[in-house]
Amino acid sequence: MTNLRYTAGIVLLALVGSVHAGEFVVAQKAKAFSVKKLNIKVGDSVKFVNEDAMVHNVFSLSDAKSFDLGAYGQGASKSVTFDKPGTVEVECAVHPDMKMVVEVAK
Amino acid sequence: MRMAKVTVLASSVLLALLAGTVGAADVSMTPTQDEHKWLLPRTPPSPADNQPTSEREELGKMLFFDPRLSSERNLSCSSCHNPLFGWADGLPTAKGFRSKVLGRASPTVMNSGFTTLQMWDGRRASLEDQAMGPMESQDEMAMNLDALFKWLAVNPAYKAAFDKAYPGEAIGKETTSKAIAAYERTLVSNDSPFDRWLNGDQKAMTPSQVRGFRLFADPAKGNCAACHQAPNFTDGGFHNVGLASYGRTNPDVGRFAIKPLASLKGAFKTPTLRDISLTAPYFHDGSAQTLMEVVEHYNKGGVTKTDLSRDIKPLNLSQQEMQDIVAFMQALTTPAKPVTLPQLPPN
Repeated sequence: MTNLRYTAGIVLLALVGSVHAGEFVVAQKAKAFSVKKLNIKVGDSVKFVNEDAMVHNVFSLSDAKSFDLGAYGQGASKSVTFDKPGTVEVECAVHPDMKMVVEVAK
Repeated sequence: MRMAKVTVLASSVLLALLAGTVGAADVSMTPTQDEHKWLLPRTPPSPADNQPTSEREELGKMLFFDPRLSSERNLSCSSCHNPLFGWADGLPTAKGFRSKVLGRASPTVMNSGFTTLQMWDGRRASLEDQAMGPMESQDEMAMNLDALFKWLAVNPAYKAAFDKAYPGEAIGKETTSKAIAAYERTLVSNDSPFDRWLNGDQKAMTPSQVRGFRLFADPAKGNCAACHQAPNFTDGGFHNVGLASYGRTNPDVGRFAIKPLASLKGAFKTPTLRDISLTAPYFHDGSAQTLMEVVEHYNKGGVTKTDLSRDIKPLNLSQQEMQDIVAFMQALTTPAKPVTLPQLPPN
């Protein structure tokens, strides 16, 4: 269960009418995102969980999705929904070596 | 029965006290397996298109120490990154063109090759990207680069040095910055008492310094390693550490000016602590005169709470614990090695 929770790419399907939107989970651990690349579809969301003792941030300034989840500490998580197709470069502002890419398909 | 209970309780308290006393005095002088993560590699990584060679490093050294790279021919890279002051300048904040007082302290270039982003606000992506910055800045070396490259190209010794270091490449921004970066990567501090202790010399650090290291790394005590991470004592990241100067009108917003994200307001890059005893005063604004002042600042949980990093909290360290952490930071200095100055080409 723990492994499932922390493994990116596990889709929890939420069926709302005919729309299939999933939630993916990405951990921030040992000053790295748990995956370097994640493939999702428009409408899916990604929950970023901070598993480090230090504060992390999650943001992107990409054209396909620009957001800033702010800074949060160990055990906290925040989600973002990707509503346009494209390549989204996700980073931690506090630790610029932490980077990953979310590929959002139509 | 009651008497027996009291005796048992008293014995337990005595044992606990004894254990506490022994624990405090009997700090393990041997590094754990996990603590070996602090061992620094011998050399920093170099980009594929600027692999180190002695020719590149020698050319870079000439350029680094040559004041003719500034408009008034009186400022070199080494003016602010001076080996006599731990490759910084010993000033609270730097002095640039015609001694103009600048806004931030000169950081050491020692071990800068182990960090990706350069400058207090990380606005330069590599050492190569950073090297021309001070020459181009009108507040610093204020150099006319066209004139500089023309002069370098007609100076026989420089021309020969460039040809050897970067054969077939023009003398210009790219080769000049590559050479300076190659030289800067030779400046490595990794033979301090702490390094020797990690390498098995149990007497290299005093018990106070070993205690200080453990307090430094303990998230429940100093929590210093949350940002000053292994192995170069920096996470390469940006944090607002609550300096008094951030509470003033129109403060320096640091990294926020480069990336306008709320988490970065007043955030500055975590500096390395290697050779830190050589580079007082401390912080990007030069506001702390001693390492004890720095530790006292963090023990209070910072001064200005606006936009303060959530990693900064009051620490409740005792005076002895703070002294131990300071003693540990003093064990991060590699014994001085003689710096051989380059022979600069004549005019």
